[in-house]
Amino acid sequence: MATSATAHAHAGPQGFIRKYIFSLDHKVIGIQYFFLALTAVFVGMFLSLLMRIHLIAPLASLPLVGEIKPETYLSLLTMHGTIMVFFVLTTAPQGGFGNYFLPIQIGAPDMAFPVLNMLSFWTTFVGFVVIIAAFFVQGGAPLHGWTGYPPLSAVQSAGPGEGLGADLWITSIAIFCLASLMGALNFLTTTLDMRAKGMTMMRMPLTVWSWFITAILGLLAFGVLLSAGILLLMDRNLGTSFYVPQIIVNGQIMLHKGGSPLLWQHLFWFFGHPEVYIAILPGMGVTSQILSTFSRKPIFGYKAMVYAMLAIGFFGFMVWGHHMFMSGMSPYSAFAFSLLTMCIGVPSAIKTFNWLGTMYKARIRFQTPMLYAIGFVSLFVSGGLSGPFLAQPVLDIQLHDTYFVVGHFHLIMGVAAIFGMFAATYYWFPKMFGRMMNESWGRIHFFITLIGTYAIFMPMHYLGMAGGTRRYSQYTEVAYLQKLMPIHQFMTYAAIITIAAQFIFVINLFWSMFKGPKASDNPWEATTLEWITATPPPHDNFGGVTPVVHNGPYEYGVPGAARDFVMQTDPPVASSGH
Amino acid sequence: MADATLQHNAAAAHGVAGEYEAPLFGAYSKKVGMWLFLASDSLTFGALLFAFSYNRIYTAWPTPFGKESIINATIMTACLLSSSLTMVMAVFAAQRHDSSKTRLWLLATMVFGTAFIVLHGMEWTHLIHEGLSLPAFPKPAGQLDTEYAKISKGVPQFAATFFGLTAMHMLHVTIGVIYLGVVALRKWFLPILGVIYIGAYFAIPADNVFHYAVHALLIGLIVSAVILFLKPKDYDAHDVEVSGLYWHFVDLVWMFIFPLVYLMSTKI
Repeated sequence: MATSATAHAHAGPQGFIRKYIFSLDHKVIGIQYFFLALTAVFVGMFLSLLMRIHLIAPLASLPLVGEIKPETYLSLLTMHGTIMVFFVLTTAPQGGFGNYFLPIQIGAPDMAFPVLNMLSFWTTFVGFVVIIAAFFVQGGAPLHGWTGYPPLSAVQSAGPGEGLGADLWITSIAIFCLASLMGALNFLTTTLDMRAKGMTMMRMPLTVWSWFITAILGLLAFGVLLSAGILLLMDRNLGTSFYVPQIIVNGQIMLHKGGSPLLWQHLFWFFGHPEVYIAILPGMGVTSQILSTFSRKPIFGYKAMVYAMLAIGFFGFMVWGHHMFMSGMSPYSAFAFSLLTMCIGVPSAIKTFNWLGTMYKARIRFQTPMLYAIGFVSLFVSGGLSGPFLAQPVLDIQLHDTYFVVGHFHLIMGVAAIFGMFAATYYWFPKMFGRMMNESWGRIHFFITLIGTYAIFMPMHYLGMAGGTRRYSQYTEVAYLQKLMPIHQFMTYAAIITIAAQFIFVINLFWSMFKGPKASDNPWEATTLEWITATPPPHDNFGGVTPVVHNGPYEYGVPGAARDFVMQTDPPVASSGH
Repeated sequence: MADATLQHNAAAAHGVAGEYEAPLFGAYSKKVGMWLFLASDSLTFGALLFAFSYNRIYTAWPTPFGKESIINATIMTACLLSSSLTMVMAVFAAQRHDSSKTRLWLLATMVFGTAFIVLHGMEWTHLIHEGLSLPAFPKPAGQLDTEYAKISKGVPQFAATFFGLTAMHMLHVTIGVIYLGVVALRKWFLPILGVIYIGAYFAIPADNVFHYAVHALLIGLIVSAVILFLKPKDYDAHDVEVSGLYWHFVDLVWMFIFPLVYLMSTKI
């Protein structure tokens, strides 16, 4: 409750606990988020490995877990989805990199509410512990998928994991909602109120814009999921019937009556679709930043990029119905949702065009962050192009419950966002840890991951069009799906190789943290504010001075300048085109 | 109000004035933060009201509330409206740096808020006794042939939305009273809250839902203690104004719930 003045004047804390555990410093909190997400992504990846192996050898007895039964497969699927979406895709780009770099990039000494920031991380951490606990309770983890559709998710006796496991699942999500709300209002307030002199809204780096817009989406979307979750908990534990019609489960008539499973779908997807952009927007921001830096050219169409992101965020709230074409909605609503969904293609295309325009005729420095940024653009296009297919109600009804959808959202929301995180990690690692990452291993990691990713997810599109249904645990029992088994085998082998390659990244990360060559203050010759301060930055980010900004964020190749880049704090130059 | 805002900008809480860009909406950070929270919270209530309307549209909705309930709800509404007035007085007093008046007006607001909670709790108890209930609530012995009991059985959404919406609102009012208590009395509020918690726990019989719901006060006590430990400073006019924003919002939400839940379900 202190005014920001006293909050920001806090001296560097002494003692291990206040410095590294319950720290108020946004940089420490950012790194905490980063490692939480790293842990979560390995848990999620391990689950996907188990699923992929199970799909090609359903009866095999695996080390550690034994034979995977169909219900266990569904738990793996649920937990993979939930952990990846909430604790990786939402946590790392926004909580991790956003926390670390948003205040620095706008020239602020810290977040607007440091205590809230700390609470936000620890609440997220509790959420993570709660969801992991779901594996170890009676009945195991829930099996209703990350979307948690009722009645399966709302009735305790509906399946083995639907008892305590499902309660922990929804509790974890509710906790995560609270944490995200705290984070979002901190990000927004910081951006609105704490920009350094000269850092006008239109001089903010596109990364800041992307975190800002993501925070708006988070602020408005997570509150709705919180309500939906409370109602689900009431249905599960107080016997209400918001989501459950009169049904028979395992031969028993339930006491529920008159509820509608569609109500959950509306509330969930009102959150769920913006969530897709919460995952991908920070990736767009960091890609823009890196493409411009390593192309040594100003970003093509800065304002168009900002407005495109705003448009994507705006439309993101109006298209939730396209997840529900299967629910028998009126063709008129389906048409409206379809049309609005197609509208999102326009700002997305603007962004892609501008990224290509940035690279056009540039002398590109192909270092690892740049490779990942280009990989992001590639995956964004490949995954995005199947979007307009699924936006058509007629095609969606055919494709919805097949691997086509799985391939689509993994490419665009999953791996594209993860490529954004990889790009961010390779790009900002020198600033965060003071050392450079190994370049050769970075490139090897990139090429295996890029090819591996396409090898896993492209075949899913063919599989889906051939009628390969999703969420089945055994394809060996269904005659027409048996013919598709070679595709499954190919994807599983690709997945094993790609997952193995991720250890290159982890080893590179930890090895470089301690043994890498020392990084200079500005190793990439970039222009934004994080590169004017020391490496790693001091406690108040700029060592007691507040930077004064004179230039836009991407002044590369300015005619008449001494170097090929002009820092944001350098004396003003004539703007080079935006 | 305008020059108060300008003062905040100069103080803009960022150390030396002029080193930072002017805040985009001309408000100090805590106020912006509260407005953003309220935006998010209105979406949370919006989702609940959506769930209410969705159920109402697809069901033959009962209209059981008689004179007694409506009069009670009207008195509750009057309490909340009066509390908004006293809150405004508290904010004015805080801006005049009159701390004893501020404290008095804040306490008056808390009294109205507490009256609202108590009246609402009695209303709940009465309705549950009459048979309007959720399957998980403790069952009163005997009876169960009342109109409310039939409604609970026939249209379970009625009880579910009634208790769900009003419980969420009551939780917000409770949080509000605790919030104002912390702003008004700081650490002296903790023992008072503790006494209220223990007293309420033992005063309410075990067959009443509030015997269990009262544990929310314990959570509030712990959270306030943590916040007071982390931020031991005294409150200022900004804190009062920001807590006022929250309080008025909670009142505003009631202005949606009162007509939707009560007035539109009156016996005709």
